[in-house]
Amino acid sequence: MAPSTDDNVLVRVENLVKYFPVKAGGFVRHTVGNVHAVDDVSLVIERGKTLGLVGETGSGKSTLARCVAGLIPVTSGKVIFDGRDITKLSRGAMRPLRREVQMIFQDPYSSLNPRRRVGSIIGEPFAIHKTATGAERKRQVQELMERVGLNPEHYNRFPAEFSGGQRQRIGVARALALRPKLIICDEPVSALDVSIQAQVLNLLADLQQEYGLSYLFIAHDLEVVRHVSDKVAVMYLGRVGEAAPKEDLYTHPRHPYTVALLSAAPAADPDTAAARQRVILTGDVPSPITPPAGCRFHPRCPRAQEICGIQEPRLVPYKDTGGEAEPAGVAAAPWSAGADAHLAACHFPVADGESLAAAGTRELA
Amino acid sequence: MSVTEVQFQASGAEAGQASGAPVEGRSQWQLTWRRLRSDKVSMIALIVVVLMIVLAIIAPVFAAITHHPVDAAYPIQGENAAGNPVGPFTNGFWLGTDSTGRDLLVRILYGARISLFVGVVSTFIAAFLGVTIGLMAGYFGGIIDTLLARFTDAVLAFPYVVLALALAEAFGPSLTIIMILITFFSWAGIARIVRGQTLSIREKEYIEAARSLGAGPFRIMFLDILPNLLAPVLVVATLYIPQAIVFEATLSFLGLGIQPPTPSWGNMLADAQNFYQVAWWYLAFPAIFLLITTLAFNLLGDGIRDAMDPRTERLVAARRMRRRRDKRRTALLDGQTALQNEQEA
Repeated sequence: MAPSTDDNVLVRVENLVKYFPVKAGGFVRHTVGNVHAVDDVSLVIERGKTLGLVGETGSGKSTLARCVAGLIPVTSGKVIFDGRDITKLSRGAMRPLRREVQMIFQDPYSSLNPRRRVGSIIGEPFAIHKTATGAERKRQVQELMERVGLNPEHYNRFPAEFSGGQRQRIGVARALALRPKLIICDEPVSALDVSIQAQVLNLLADLQQEYGLSYLFIAHDLEVVRHVSDKVAVMYLGRVGEAAPKEDLYTHPRHPYTVALLSAAPAADPDTAAARQRVILTGDVPSPITPPAGCRFHPRCPRAQEICGIQEPRLVPYKDTGGEAEPAGVAAAPWSAGADAHLAACHFPVADGESLAAAGTRELA
Repeated sequence: MSVTEVQFQASGAEAGQASGAPVEGRSQWQLTWRRLRSDKVSMIALIVVVLMIVLAIIAPVFAAITHHPVDAAYPIQGENAAGNPVGPFTNGFWLGTDSTGRDLLVRILYGARISLFVGVVSTFIAAFLGVTIGLMAGYFGGIIDTLLARFTDAVLAFPYVVLALALAEAFGPSLTIIMILITFFSWAGIARIVRGQTLSIREKEYIEAARSLGAGPFRIMFLDILPNLLAPVLVVATLYIPQAIVFEATLSFLGLGIQPPTPSWGNMLADAQNFYQVAWWYLAFPAIFLLITTLAFNLLGDGIRDAMDPRTERLVAARRMRRRRDKRRTALLDGQTALQNEQEA
């Protein structure tokens, strides 16, 4: 295992692959194929920073998150957390690490056990890791409740007695209990009202400042990701298509899929909305069981040419020149390109202000 | 009531809530109990069940009051000139006597001890086994699950009376054999229900949350999944108790269960068959006790199941409201009639 080159790096995901076998047959079950949920993904999460992960449903965001959290075994690749590869650890060796990585879940209704009182839910981490008991546990739990904006007197209530936003705060308090270094937020606000979303996002931002947390923030709402992230990675069919610092990605998208995704997000400002060129992708996302050869996006890409269906484009850094999309030189590995690199995997990257179809042979629908 | 008064009351209520003791949430069980209490049928069934248990426990008290020990035969007072049992309230026998002149009431109450003991204890053991095995099978899946599923199917498909006959024949009839049999035929059904529930709960995000906190499989099974299973298990167990009681009665009736002179509702019924033309009470009272007990358990089980369902509360509330409205309307009509009568007078 190579030593961590950068002290600012908390998590380095190297060539992570996760396949789910597809079984068939009644009595004799056998594997007939694999769902390529995550296929050769490399990412870096910096200390105290937020990495946003966007992509449509089925792009492998949540699977990637669960691999990073060590909840499911990986097929191959490495997840290096604080200098240690966690993919090979046994359950026992994994236990102390559980304190460092926590998750906040999407559905505040199914992520809290309906039969347990709030105090017991938030106190569960203390009970499992035996860090506090009795009155001390109660005191710490109530402190946490207060910190996330809940009334500590509601210690003995059941989750059903809270609203969605409050329930998500309970989830945040539970994740915070062990003072983790990394919190994986799996679409933490998608199930909430817009007004409540802002409250929860602000709470997460405050907590990040206070405790120096790192976030892996998964969402499909591009505006939410833009609001919270320092860096953003775009996933499509189990691969990272583009990864860049936030503003870079939103203002100079290089990958055609990113361009399409950005153009699809509704804009609050009518002037922006009117000025924007909508890119409408044709077709559906291909099956992750038999992903297309070459670039995963090529069957739907308006710029696709012959090579796209043959050769897999590599994730390479781009210069932020504003106009030209020039490769700044091929790095040995995506994670060694530096934290601020603008990475994209495309044979025909989009230059600034360029129409998506310009270099393409196909017409837009 | 003036506006200020209403406002004052409202602010008073708020203040009371804010300054009161820490708010205690109502648990599922408290809510269930509240709903159950508002259901008359369930409450009557519950009272009958409790009464039956109390009667069974204090059966010796009855024996003492009537001075009729359970196995004592009274050929003089307990039998008429023809040697047949005497009827209820004759010679100090409250429910009459049986074929050998023993006090029927005392014997029925002693029979209740056997019936309730067999019913409750074997169902409890079956529930314990069923929950443990179902939980394991549902949570771990794989080979354990497959084995359990096949075994459960086999048990459920087995003709239990035939097996009971064979076992009673081979080992000699006894209480232990009866209870083993009942447990053996009950646990699989419970295990199947528990397994199904576990499969669905296992996929909930709060289970994943527990795993990400570092909880082990047994902690998850018993602290996170089990509390969610208690409700359905309680309902099923309550409905299994009367089945077990009837099964015990059946075996005893066939002579494969409790052996005379130990009284059991089943063997009393078997004996009473020969006397029903001269002593209807001998057949009727044990049968009535058996019927009432099983009915009460069944109704209670149904009531608990309904009370667990949050939708029931709304139904009950609606019914209550309708009743109140009807009452008000009747009162209004009565008032009008009275007024009319007054005017006419």
